[in-house]
Amino acid sequence: MKPVAISSGDLSIAAALVLLSALCSLLLSLRVHRALLIATARMVVQLLLVGTVLRLVFRLSHPGLTLLVLAVMAAATIHEVGARQERRLRGAWHYVTGGAPTVMSALLIVVLALTTALRPSPWYDARAAIPLTGIILGNVMNAVSLALNFFFSAAWRERAAIEARLALGDGRRQALQGVAAQALRTALIPTINQMAAAGVITMPGIMTGQLLAGMDPLVAAQYQILLMGLMLGASFLAAVGALALAGLRITDQRDRLRLDRLRPGKG
Amino acid sequence: MSCLLEARNLRGLPGGPFSLRVEAGDCLVISGPSGTGKSLLLRMLADLDENEGEVLLRGQRRESIPAPAWRAQVMYVAAESGWWAESVRAHMSAPDEAALLLPRLNLRPELLDAPVSQLSSGERQRLAFIRAIIRRPALLLLDEPSAALDPDATAKLEALVMALRAQGTGFIIVSHNPAQGQRLATRRYAMSPGKLSELP
Repeated sequence: MKPVAISSGDLSIAAALVLLSALCSLLLSLRVHRALLIATARMVVQLLLVGTVLRLVFRLSHPGLTLLVLAVMAAATIHEVGARQERRLRGAWHYVTGGAPTVMSALLIVVLALTTALRPSPWYDARAAIPLTGIILGNVMNAVSLALNFFFSAAWRERAAIEARLALGDGRRQALQGVAAQALRTALIPTINQMAAAGVITMPGIMTGQLLAGMDPLVAAQYQILLMGLMLGASFLAAVGALALAGLRITDQRDRLRLDRLRPGKG
Repeated sequence: MSCLLEARNLRGLPGGPFSLRVEAGDCLVISGPSGTGKSLLLRMLADLDENEGEVLLRGQRRESIPAPAWRAQVMYVAAESGWWAESVRAHMSAPDEAALLLPRLNLRPELLDAPVSQLSSGERQRLAFIRAIIRRPALLLLDEPSAALDPDATAKLEALVMALRAQGTGFIIVSHNPAQGQRLATRRYAMSPGKLSELP
């Protein structure tokens, strides 16, 4: 694979497009230019920073350093996974319920992929481990955050229906079954859509990047297939785990619905 | 011979301590102003909210029975019924038995296959009652069971309560209607904030 280098001239075309959009917004009073410029600045700084850091990490190729980068990524994910929930668990449970299944299932799938399908040498090579963890974590984070957001909102809204089942003598698992199944479905729809539309409607991000970078299309497609499978597996596992934990936490040993353990999110 | 339900020093959200006894076929009617915790008292007995104290069913302590099994025996029927599936039938553990009970509460037989969203509040209330009694609990905790019912349907409901009492089912009913208390109660209680007192 021969990378295609991008010149500063190429980058200035991209910059000009952003500035032109901002100028249009200003002239037409669309009031998006501020947000647009801030987002562009953030993106540029963040990506260049990541590029610089990764270049260093790849060059040093020290397992400890790779682990540190992965730990930072995991910490950021644990924070983000529940950041936009309409209702959330009180206390540390908020982070445990969303974060633990996300990080654990991503870790499991990444290690599985690195030691079987991808087999870089050494298997913990930063060049493979870091981007793979990133893409899996990102996808799993979406799934878990959708699952929990749906589950807590629906449990809150459907309180009367859930308690009706409990009052009739059904157990907590049975009483939450319907809501949890819908939450799992909601969590997986984006991944399923992505798989169904792959190649026909949209070209998946990884494949696009690899094609642009000059890789053979069939090899790029195979990479994408592998990644999609990994993402679906990790998302499913994490969403099921998160819903199981959430279901246990909003009920108690005596099968009572404990919505007092939820509080409104920050919006 | 131990009584059907006995609660001693029950404390929780509505205050307390509350103590009461229900014999087989008994019907306790609790009245009192809104907001005094009558519904919360019923919920405590069904163990739907956290609470302390001793509750025994036929002499057996609540803690020794799994909570779902307890609630299948000491069954709470809320004033506002909740529904988890689309059709009425999906909520019935024994649809054939439910079908026999519908006419006894002035309900058309077709309602069994109607979608829940099309029911009136009075129909919902009666169907929620049927949904509970076909599971044959030992004791029913009814929260305002005839709030949305016309006088004729109320009379039918009360007749069904009397029939179940004759078979030994115990009842604790929260009611705002003094006449209903007169008609149904073996004992009547008045609830004031945190306190339950027996009426003569």
